[in-house]
Amino acid sequence: MAREKSSKDNAQALFHSLRSAYAATPVNLKIIDLYVGFAIFTALIQVVYMASVGSFPFNSFLSGVLSCVGTAVLAVCLRIQVNKENKEFKDLPPERAFADFVLCNLVLHLVIMNFLG
Amino acid sequence: MATMPILPNMPALDLIKSFKLKTKQQELLIRVSILCLVYILAFITRLFSVLRYESMIHEFDPYFNYRTTLYLTQNGFYDFWNWFDYESWYPLGRIVGGTLYPGLMVTAALIYRILHFLRFAVHIREVCVLTAPFFASNTTLVAYFFGKEIWDTGAGLVAAILIAICPGYISRSVAGSYDNEGVAIFALLFTFYLFVKAVNTGSLAWSLASAFGYFYMVSAWGGYVFIINLIPLYVLVLLITGRYSMRLYVAYNCMYVLGMLLAMQIRFVGFQHVQSGEHMAAMGVFFLLQVFYFLDWVKHMLSDTKLFQAFLRITVTCAVAVGAIALGLGMLSGYISPWTGRFYSLLDPTYAKDHIPIIASVSEHQPTAWSSFMFDFHILLFLFPAGLYFCFKRLSDATIFIVMYGLTSMYFAGVMVRLILVATPAVCLVSAIAVSATVKNLTVLLRSKNKGVQTGSTKGSSSSKASSKALLDQSQPFQKNGAIALLFGAFYLLSKYATHCTWVTSEAYSSPSIVLAARGAHGSRVIFDDYREAYFWLRQNTPPDAKVMSWWDYGYQITAMGNRTVIVDNNTWNNTHIATVGRAMSSYEDEAIEIMRSLDVDYVLVVFGGVTGYSSDDINKFLWMVRIGGGVFPVIKEPDYLVNGEYRVDKGAAPKMLNCLMYKLCYYRFGEMLTEYGKPPGYDRARGVEIGNKDIKLEHLEEAFTTSNWIVRIYKVKPPNNRW
Repeated sequence: MAREKSSKDNAQALFHSLRSAYAATPVNLKIIDLYVGFAIFTALIQVVYMASVGSFPFNSFLSGVLSCVGTAVLAVCLRIQVNKENKEFKDLPPERAFADFVLCNLVLHLVIMNFLG
Repeated sequence: MATMPILPNMPALDLIKSFKLKTKQQELLIRVSILCLVYILAFITRLFSVLRYESMIHEFDPYFNYRTTLYLTQNGFYDFWNWFDYESWYPLGRIVGGTLYPGLMVTAALIYRILHFLRFAVHIREVCVLTAPFFASNTTLVAYFFGKEIWDTGAGLVAAILIAICPGYISRSVAGSYDNEGVAIFALLFTFYLFVKAVNTGSLAWSLASAFGYFYMVSAWGGYVFIINLIPLYVLVLLITGRYSMRLYVAYNCMYVLGMLLAMQIRFVGFQHVQSGEHMAAMGVFFLLQVFYFLDWVKHMLSDTKLFQAFLRITVTCAVAVGAIALGLGMLSGYISPWTGRFYSLLDPTYAKDHIPIIASVSEHQPTAWSSFMFDFHILLFLFPAGLYFCFKRLSDATIFIVMYGLTSMYFAGVMVRLILVATPAVCLVSAIAVSATVKNLTVLLRSKNKGVQTGSTKGSSSSKASSKALLDQSQPFQKNGAIALLFGAFYLLSKYATHCTWVTSEAYSSPSIVLAARGAHGSRVIFDDYREAYFWLRQNTPPDAKVMSWWDYGYQITAMGNRTVIVDNNTWNNTHIATVGRAMSSYEDEAIEIMRSLDVDYVLVVFGGVTGYSSDDINKFLWMVRIGGGVFPVIKEPDYLVNGEYRVDKGAAPKMLNCLMYKLCYYRFGEMLTEYGKPPGYDRARGVEIGNKDIKLEHLEEAFTTSNWIVRIYKVKPPNNRW
């Protein structure tokens, strides 16, 4: 009983400290996190749909899922490069990071359009 | 008032002084001129066979590549991409567009288009012949930049020089060897360079470039599997040793997602990146990276470590459980296919011999002997461990990569001779580090001693200082002499390397294989052009829809030069079809004619080396035909053709051997032939024996053509007899 209560307390304390730490992040990073969350959510919807109706044509399924996963991953890379706390990227101007992000997304979606079939 | 002495060459001195460059510019000039010379050297050292024979395509596989490139330039990209070839693998045909790696052909066609645009009216064959040396020169440039990235510019220069003439690379990239590896090694090194650059800078742009490099590699060669397994292994090693950083995350993720998507555009590769066991390591590391960095981020956000430990435990168990279940389900249900035979035989070298005789029969797939290593690498063989030592002394992300590349590629080079090619760039780079670091240390030693002497002579006023410097000077001459001796030794070794490489290129790797040369009785050179003679006879004297049956080695050449339909060719995609041909060649004539009539065969082509002593003929390959045929049709048993386990063609040979179709076709009318002075007629010079069955009569075939040196023999299948 005491162990259950302490583990529940642990979980609550974990949740609270995570929430408070996250609230302290800057707004631009929160926007990027929202974008990543949206992309992953879209990918999950596609996977659930595939599970219900089957995976034919497979290339369309793959291109749909990979476009979501790809743009999420690229957004995480952008977040890493723009985050002021990362010492390795302090010489990188955020405009350059964003330009790289847009270029990679452009290539990603061009390939997706070719792969959609 | 004395007049100033007038020096007549004063204005000239001023001119020369104005040309004197600063040290940095001098260094740049030296570097650029060295690279230019290395570029030209890498190109011209591969031109031996073009100078000795003529500009033609070598070997077997390049003829297929040449034929497809010709088709591409004549019919355009869409027809090429959707080409169904009905002239090979009769009656099955071959979906060429979906079963080849288009990188090489597209590259050559692009160069051809550019040259035509600039109004150089070259034939596509010339472009094909010279594509490999051109890309070898580009590889030296990439090696320079890679060496610069790993160590410094000195190592880069040495790497460029070493790889320009290294025989391991030259063997597959001489002029005329129009094969995938010529372009693929450039793509491999380029991809690795771009990836290491991306990890070093953490820039998305470089990762995108490395994804494109990977796409080019996937389009060029099936060996791209090496890249997609080495890079995740490297990421794993960095994670385990704690050298991970944000740059690694950016580099690997961008390269993996974009690279995978781009690679799936090649039809031959298809969905293998998500379905094949060979590509699962990359996906596993991808997911591992997400989990790892997520945990890292949470740890950074949480200040309390105890809470984090709890969180860590939950997440890790969940992730591992999910991953294991997914992998297990995938492998059990067969969705994730296991490692294919070609790559599985790299991990277990005995697998192919027992299970897949076709893979075991290719001479390039045999394990490597020490002599091959020495032949192909020379001094690099002991410079490689020395370079490894230097890399471990100065560990960074880049040196860890080159060490891993070197070690894994050397392991695979030991398993299969052909893979010495993949190991060559790594060995050259690591050896370059050793050479460059050693030479640098030695010259620093030399230079510092000189400076010490100069400062000593300008400063030395007090006697104590002078005496101490004198003491130092006494020990240093030994060091200076040692350094000079070592430098001379290094120079001697490198010059021996250059001599060896040029000799090897000239003697061993510049033969076109389709034209044979030998020394005549008086030392004059004799050329045997029998192959092309036979193919052109086929082209000019047979009906256009004739079908030719031969062993699969010659299929590509027959379709490319003879322009006739073949039954099997070098693609070897259908083992049963090849086994059918093997069975026909090993059966008695009556059984064989049934098989040949069922395949609509009109002509049979065999290669015979008994008159010239040519040892790569069909009689020496015959046991492989028996093994492959026997692997599918149990009626063919290998012991039937051997006598006490020995393979013989003379009077003591097995009766089945003396009467099988291959024997009859090779030795027809040979019993009357005098081949060597002092030997009886019917003396086979390749086997060194007198043949056993001299009186051969053919019932269902007739001889159509035999080349001037009896190397290629063509027989026509007679139509069935009239009933009355």
